[in-house]
Amino acid sequence: MKISFAQGVAMAISESLAADSRLLLIGNGFVGLNMEARALLEPALREFADRILVAPVSELALAGAGIGAAMAGQRAAVDLSTGSFIFQAFAQVVNEAANVHYMSGGQTTAPVTFCSLAGMRSAGAAQHSHRIQAMLGQVPGLQVLVPGGADDAYHMLKWALLQSQNPTVFISHALLLGETGELTPGAPMLPVGKARIRREGRDLSIIASSITVPRALEAAQSLERDHGFSVEVVDLRSIAPLDRDTVLKSVAKTGRAVIADECHRSFGVAAEIAATLAEEGLAYLKAPVCRVAVPDVPVPFSPPLEAELTVTADKIVAGALKVLNAGSTMRRPV
Amino acid sequence: MQRKNDPGERVAAMLRIRRFEEQCILLSKDGQFPGHYHVYIGQEATAVAACAELGTDDFVFSNWRNHGHLLARGAAPDRMMAEILGKAGGYARGKSGTLHMAVRELGVPATSALVGGSLPLATGAALACKRQGRGVVVAFFGDAALEEGACYEAMILASLWKLPILFVCENNSIPPAQRQRGQYTSSTLPAAQLVDVPQALQIRTEAVDGADADALAECFDRLVAEVRSEGTPRFVEVRCTRWPGNFPLWPELPCGQWQLDWAFGQSPDRADLATWLEQSDPLLLYLRKIVAAGGLTREQVQALDERARAEMAGAVRFALDSPFPAPEEAYQHVRAEQGATL
Ligand SMILES: Cc1ncc(C[n+]2csc(CCOP(=O)(O)OP(=O)(O)O)c2C)c(N)n1
Ligand SMILES: [Mg+2]
Repeated sequence: MKISFAQGVAMAISESLAADSRLLLIGNGFVGLNMEARALLEPALREFADRILVAPVSELALAGAGIGAAMAGQRAAVDLSTGSFIFQAFAQVVNEAANVHYMSGGQTTAPVTFCSLAGMRSAGAAQHSHRIQAMLGQVPGLQVLVPGGADDAYHMLKWALLQSQNPTVFISHALLLGETGELTPGAPMLPVGKARIRREGRDLSIIASSITVPRALEAAQSLERDHGFSVEVVDLRSIAPLDRDTVLKSVAKTGRAVIADECHRSFGVAAEIAATLAEEGLAYLKAPVCRVAVPDVPVPFSPPLEAELTVTADKIVAGALKVLNAGSTMRRPV
Repeated sequence: MQRKNDPGERVAAMLRIRRFEEQCILLSKDGQFPGHYHVYIGQEATAVAACAELGTDDFVFSNWRNHGHLLARGAAPDRMMAEILGKAGGYARGKSGTLHMAVRELGVPATSALVGGSLPLATGAALACKRQGRGVVVAFFGDAALEEGACYEAMILASLWKLPILFVCENNSIPPAQRQRGQYTSSTLPAAQLVDVPQALQIRTEAVDGADADALAECFDRLVAEVRSEGTPRFVEVRCTRWPGNFPLWPELPCGQWQLDWAFGQSPDRADLATWLEQSDPLLLYLRKIVAAGGLTREQVQALDERARAEMAGAVRFALDSPFPAPEEAYQHVRAEQGATL
């Protein structure tokens, strides 16, 4: 069946509430302004009203309460709304949730899921446009899920809510909410921690996650159509855990890599993938890798300025052509 | 900046805000700028009364609902409108848009669009005022700010360090009957009264009716003077009733632009708007009162309104004519240049 990303989120929450009576929802947004998904979520919110907690604008305490409840035997999903607002909750997410299992020598677990609607969503300006995955990738103990399609949104959120034993940040993207995908009811999920080959190809690998997945797929199509290249798209699905093996295998096959990432260029997800390729995949590379990421500046309001910084399919194509047309002279290691 | 207690200036200041916001709504409906925005219609008397008490050494902090605060502080509507449209002629050259609009030269150094985000900043500016021996701070914020820890922490400092800051909580969702009685908090805050909270931190508080321009003028006159002379914080809750056009997710003009005739016998044909105007519109209620008292004639008000409309039409033209910034602008101002004069 065809579902949208937001519908996947709504279905995962509804089904999880029904499946596990320990699950608490702190807040009730989760699907942004997607009205179809809100309608889909509505019956569950009514049916399980006693497990849905009214949320004041108190992100720090909401996050902490989710962690505390999870440590004490519940499971919790905390709606942190716009991705940038997780900074209000950082002390609890980063310095409490992430550390609790380790600090307690394995005694305590905190199966809590923080839901964030992150990313450059158009006109969010500097304070509502953060992509938070790279920062959170620097926090051992957290799982950071960055689904790029409706199927994964459904499966991975459901996994986080019902099965995960660890604190998880589930990152949606405002511009992904309406993206549709095929969901086979009852089909097993590709495990969390495995990247997904969204499209097979021979000449180049585009490594993408979250919003850059559909953009990479679009770029791959035009590279094939307009330039005759066969392009593979790897959807990372999660930043932590990070499936380095699938990335390396793909690049071993294609010999060339473009990394499309909406984080800032420096210290971003793309930087980590590039470092992995440099350390473990240099022998496969026929050309230097290329990061197509957001320049290291805050996100401005003005539409043409935001467009200047946005990772589009066109910019991915341009990066790909650079990689495809270069590199035959690159010195191969002996 | 307006002359205090001059009815004509007070009316003009409120009309300018209302007419500006209406143009903003029209531009958004026309697709001239993307994204969310918030208007100050129905709260005009608050910013006008507060900013009438301020001089050039003073600071103002605001939030996403900043247009009224900035206009009352003396910002130029054409540059504001250009900023809202993301144009090069805006105060931040299009980088802030509506959400973070600020005018440093008017003592508005930064505008946070995070709930409670500006309160610690405002407190720090008050610390600077205290150190420098001049100026006070007025910090405007909504009722939800009291749900954020940052708000408490800022008030703790302001009280502990004895800082010259006036916290202005614009509580804008109070039913009219409860504005004076004050039995109601609109936020999800389990305090019987918002003012109970700062009081517990030894900050002197009061509440005032946001639809009563005279009461607001008296209140801010007194409180700003106290903050100035005693150098200690005060907290005021301004109780307002939400304008019907602010209920939808995106602001709308119910029954079109506000009409002067509505103050003098005519009525719009939407019941919720008519009720709001009669009970809760600070502009309309003040106009009626001042005209009845002979402080202004209806013709004078008419003339002030025409001037405000013309000014805002000009601001719209300026904004539409202003070019978008060049793409390179995106890379400017990430960090201040070393050696630039501060
Ligand atoms: C830290 C943070 N959390 C959530 C939001 C989303 N948000 C924007 S406005 C708003 C409600 C604000 O209400 P109030 O303070 O009463 O101000 P009003 O808009 O009514 O003037 C919320 C929750 C935000 N901007 N910042
Ligand atoms: Mg409010």
